[in-house]
Amino acid sequence: MAIDVVEPDRRDFLTLAAGTFVAVGGAISLWPFIDQMNIDAGAQSLASIEIDIAPVVVGQAITVMWRNKPVFIRHRTKEEIEKALAVDVKDLPDDIARNEGLPASALATDGNRTKPGHENWLIMVGICTHLGCIPKGQTLSDKRGDFDGWFCPCHGSHYDTAGRIRKGPAPRNLEVPIYEFITKTKIKIG
Amino acid sequence: MAAHESTCVPKSRFGKWMDVRLPIGRLVHDQLVDFPTPRNLNYLWTFGSILSFFLMLQILTGIVLAMHYQPSAADAFDSVVRIDRDVNFGWLLRPLHAVGASMFFLAVYIHIFRGLYYGSYKAPREILWIIGVLIFVAMMAAAFLGYSLPWGQMSFWAVTVITNLFSSLDDVIPGLGTTVVQWLWGGYSVTGVTLNRFFSLHYLLPFVIVGLVGLHIWALHVVGQNNPTGVDIKTKSDAVTFYPYATSKDAVGIFGFMILFLWFVFFLPDYLGHADNYIPADPLVTPPHIVPEWYFLPYYAILRAIPSKLFGVIAIFSSLGVLLFVPWLDTSLVRSTKYRPFYKWFFWLLVLSCLALGYLGSKPADGAYVIWARVFTAYYFAHFLIVLPLMGLIERPKRVPGSITEDVLGPEGTAGAAATGKKG
Repeated sequence: MAIDVVEPDRRDFLTLAAGTFVAVGGAISLWPFIDQMNIDAGAQSLASIEIDIAPVVVGQAITVMWRNKPVFIRHRTKEEIEKALAVDVKDLPDDIARNEGLPASALATDGNRTKPGHENWLIMVGICTHLGCIPKGQTLSDKRGDFDGWFCPCHGSHYDTAGRIRKGPAPRNLEVPIYEFITKTKIKIG
Repeated sequence: MAAHESTCVPKSRFGKWMDVRLPIGRLVHDQLVDFPTPRNLNYLWTFGSILSFFLMLQILTGIVLAMHYQPSAADAFDSVVRIDRDVNFGWLLRPLHAVGASMFFLAVYIHIFRGLYYGSYKAPREILWIIGVLIFVAMMAAAFLGYSLPWGQMSFWAVTVITNLFSSLDDVIPGLGTTVVQWLWGGYSVTGVTLNRFFSLHYLLPFVIVGLVGLHIWALHVVGQNNPTGVDIKTKSDAVTFYPYATSKDAVGIFGFMILFLWFVFFLPDYLGHADNYIPADPLVTPPHIVPEWYFLPYYAILRAIPSKLFGVIAIFSSLGVLLFVPWLDTSLVRSTKYRPFYKWFFWLLVLSCLALGYLGSKPADGAYVIWARVFTAYYFAHFLIVLPLMGLIERPKRVPGSITEDVLGPEGTAGAAATGKKG
């Protein structure tokens, strides 16, 4: 069977060009319908909050709300800090600091999870990195898990006294938000 | 085969006038009156009608509940309480909708296992089966979105945990999971913004399901119904007409199922729910033990059985995805498990595994519970990926009856009917 090879003509070009325009235009016009679901301007204008931490005595912890998320602030005891320092970073399931204030490659040492000179304060977003539950461990009567930090009751993740994942399904350490010490007893988150 | 000559003869002048313009009467006559239905269908085949009934009931009760419900974080919980206490017949309408969702799933699980047992997914019913799987997934999405609406503690934390499944994408491409989850939430966490959009989508999905059900029934009417023997309709004596035989049997099935359904609605309206959902949503406190509704428990057990977040999520989606390939994973030449003496045991082992996973999903995620959840999760996947392909190759099935009529009346009964000589 003979095959007639027809050179593409002007009509072929117009069909192809028109089809391309329709496809690209159609795809672009979908974007507003998708983007409307993203975080709106009101929620994005993230307010930073200031917290007076003077009343939090050693061994105590408080929870504050920032961007609708709970933030854990714990005044750690000497033993808790020593326990966190004693761990070899190489043995951790997640060896990255997960500290917004540090480069993404910073290792999960206790020093990288806190601020220099303020190592007694551990400040992190209190949301389990597994599926978003709030771990237990903020009040004295809570179960704190096998590593004396926090324990997430939903699916059994154990965090240590530096908020690092040690056991269970959570993939990452609890996130440390951007914060700074304005004075010795006042912090600003965000 | 099911494709049959139309026997519709419009009698009235209007009927004849309509028949050449929009033959809707012919469609109803051919598909719902004169449609050939295997004469040996058992009560498991009434679940299609039961499911259609529940779909219509959910839409009807949902539309009227939406007239009283407020989809905002501040008002949602109170408006649901108001429906229960103040709205005329609200005490009835809300349990009809909530218990209706549970019964919808009970019916769909029976319907799915019926299809698996009698090989209703095998050629030429692959597309029919795949559309069914899609309906099931859409039902799960609709149920999940609907469960968020009362905005109690279980609602809030179910939304948090399930939307966070997508954050596991961060382990594939860093940042992707967070982007997707924040897009779903419309915020940095689950808020009233999330509730508002979930209400919108919860209202949308039932109509998507209606469309899929339309395709499901269309595909069914092209290839015809399977039956307990798995043998196709070959002669006129193999079939009865849809009306009145199938419709009356379906009516009995619906009434039987209604007894169970209404018993829950009237006497145990909250039995299938959780007490914690009568506590208003609190983003600062996770309930000590969160579990989904009973119909999601097996999937929840699969998620928790796997110690890695990403692979847990992959497993939960694969457990549904594998169903799409069942028509090709089953290598057996015989449709109905009735004639498969060995596969029969594996089928019941699958049922047992699903029930066991359901039980384990309701228990805390530690110790022996996790070990057993792993065992049954392993069997769930092994059943589809190993047992189904292998059994078809090594099993020797029992003799399949030559026709539906032979199965019903015995070989003597078929003597009068024309023998076709071929087995199904």
